[in-house]
Amino acid sequence: MRVNWKTYNPGKFFDEIISSPGYARKPARRLAGYLRSLTHEELQQKKTAAELAIKTMGISFTVYSDAGNIDREWPMDIIPRLITGSEWDQTSKGLQQRLEALNCFIHDIYNDQKILKDKIVPKDLIMDSGNFRKQCLGMKPKYNVWAHICGTDLIKGDDGQFYVLEDNLRVPSGVSYMVENRRVTKRTFPELFADDYSIRPVADYPAELLDMLSSLSPRQVKHPEVVVLTPGVFNSAYFEHSYLAQRMGAELVEGGDLVVEDDKVYMRTIDGLSQVDVIYRRIDDMFIDPAVFNKDSVLGVRGLFNAWKKGNVALANAPGAGVADDKIIYTYVPEIIKYYLDEDPILANVPSYLCIDRSQRQHVLENLDKLVVKPANESGGYGMLIGPQASKKELAEFRRRIKADPRNYMAQPLISLSTVPILGDRVVEPRHVDLRPFVLQGDKSYVTPGGLTRVAMVKGSYVVNSSQGGGSKDTWVVDDA
Amino acid sequence: MLLSRVAERVYWQARYLERAENVARLLHVFSALQLDLPKGTKLGWQTLVQITGHEEQFAEKYKQENERNVVRFLLAERNGISLVDMLAFARENARTTREIMPTEAFELINGLYYFARDNAEAGISRAERNEVLDQIVSRSQQIGGLMAGTMSRDEAYSFVRLGRSLERADMTTRIVDVDSQKLMPELDVEDAEPEAREPYDNILWMNVLRSSSAYQMYRQHVRERINGEDVVRFLLQNEQFPRSTAHNLTTMTKVLRNLPNSNKVNWQVNKTRKLVRDADVNRLLRRGLVRHLDSVQKEIAQVHFKIADTWFLPGNS
Repeated sequence: MRVNWKTYNPGKFFDEIISSPGYARKPARRLAGYLRSLTHEELQQKKTAAELAIKTMGISFTVYSDAGNIDREWPMDIIPRLITGSEWDQTSKGLQQRLEALNCFIHDIYNDQKILKDKIVPKDLIMDSGNFRKQCLGMKPKYNVWAHICGTDLIKGDDGQFYVLEDNLRVPSGVSYMVENRRVTKRTFPELFADDYSIRPVADYPAELLDMLSSLSPRQVKHPEVVVLTPGVFNSAYFEHSYLAQRMGAELVEGGDLVVEDDKVYMRTIDGLSQVDVIYRRIDDMFIDPAVFNKDSVLGVRGLFNAWKKGNVALANAPGAGVADDKIIYTYVPEIIKYYLDEDPILANVPSYLCIDRSQRQHVLENLDKLVVKPANESGGYGMLIGPQASKKELAEFRRRIKADPRNYMAQPLISLSTVPILGDRVVEPRHVDLRPFVLQGDKSYVTPGGLTRVAMVKGSYVVNSSQGGGSKDTWVVDDA
Repeated sequence: MLLSRVAERVYWQARYLERAENVARLLHVFSALQLDLPKGTKLGWQTLVQITGHEEQFAEKYKQENERNVVRFLLAERNGISLVDMLAFARENARTTREIMPTEAFELINGLYYFARDNAEAGISRAERNEVLDQIVSRSQQIGGLMAGTMSRDEAYSFVRLGRSLERADMTTRIVDVDSQKLMPELDVEDAEPEAREPYDNILWMNVLRSSSAYQMYRQHVRERINGEDVVRFLLQNEQFPRSTAHNLTTMTKVLRNLPNSNKVNWQVNKTRKLVRDADVNRLLRRGLVRHLDSVQKEIAQVHFKIADTWFLPGNS
């Protein structure tokens, strides 16, 4: 059976391809028509070929389970998602504006704390934050930038507008899959490229990343030594660590490969020690240096923090940057943008309620079954409550947790995520998606064209995390029709 | 500059890959040899387990040393010894050094692992074994070719060559170590006359050559009819043949010139080379071959320890 857009039914949700049954939105028309031109067998063949390519190319991610860690093939749906160039240019500006403001905020928090003195953000919120690192006070990293790599999660609401769901400023992952998804799509639908669409390329991300990282080097040398620090092969994002190191031509190092002497960082090579200038660390703050943070950490490097504070090595992202990556601080971002940049936010937040505020907490507790509740600093969708889908027991449990620790929770109305079609075994069906673009800031800033689209593969589900069964899509930023 | 840890993984990836290919070759040749023997004769499949040096593990699991058990043990079983596991280890090492290897090399190793994993079980039966083993050998060759054709002659490539040469040098000594008495014990019972064994000895040596893809090269190099002395000399001492022990040790000395601090390793390689080169094969065949091969294998093991001491992270190997 061929694709039939008349029976494709996104229901009340905003669908990015189909505006009403049988009618594709303008930029998506050629894609919709092309998909309809293929027979069911042709489509399924392409699907199988893409799956095989992913397996052979070794695009994988690791799932933690009781039975040990399993290396799984990366799940990707072959139908691409479209975003128009003009829409993206605007979104891109919004992302840069946001990261610039967040970096001003982090720098201020660890130095003058003006925003706290001016009472725009309550001081207690920062001091109580699990992501505030007092050891970083007084530090002035190059360009005053702390969060060099940011993965912002965006969603599209019923109105078709992008909203910011969260800012990931610690060790956001997924960018390698963005690049690899494109490589797979080129193999799968070569006929759509150039003939039908002019699609902005994404493959230069590693080069942009290397430029940015090199710009952070404390030593003024032509080719600074840039390394990627990974927790190791058992980490869920190991594929990405290795991928980025390979594409940048940087060394992929583990804690055991590095050693600090006289507050300088060296790596152990076959020809002895060799100095390191920039570390793109994919290890959480708490584990980077057992002398300063978690004493039991075997992933990190003793003395690394001091080497950084002395300005002998750059860390990206800087320790402590996570203070702005907190679901409570998130709610203050519009004020933060105004405060530092004196501009209106280009991208809107999803409306949120803070449980630490008495009247807002009251509202949350009374409407728990309609809201999504998130803890301040969990990631990967863990520890969340989706009110409308929760059992009475779960609701009661969260009521208890919020009362016990209001600082740690915020709530948002259940936003209707937009849908895009996925290719099922028999028909094309709508599924909910989000988008994670990646933003770089060093001596200059950069936004990926598009980003990683994550898709909930289960009908009606909002859970897009790959660790919980979500899939992904190639994301095309195309010229306006 | 190459990280010590990466050097170690690249080296082991090459060793595992080479070892898997060698196991495939051995199984291939033994299977062919079986077909050349008179009806009812059983081949001493246990020899294969001895060549790889895993008699104990085999005995723990199997009572009978028959074809099926030995092939299962060396090819398909997930026991940390089998060909499939060698490839799994090679893949794991390749996966953790992806950042420095050509992308296609990882893809080929990855593909080879999946092929072996999915087909090894079928390879236990004689009907499909040839096809499966052929594929494994030719895909391994393809990987070697791709690396030779795309990798810069840098330090990482040097460690690929070190690992591969060391494994080959070692494996060839093990292949030479096959004892025709053990391999075809039943022939002794049926035919008491030594002359009656002769055609089978020839077949054996022919197959020993084939296991190293050495038959043709031997033919071109040695004009005499096939005989044990020439075969052993060819496989151990010939400098031109790329799978001989001598050739691989010489290759290592060349590779070592490109690596820093290689003195100790070089000394050990040269010591091993001399032991191989100076051996009187004619005399050894009459007496002492097994002991000689044992000492060569021990020296090769020492080469490995020197490599680990010099370049790898302490406490890892």
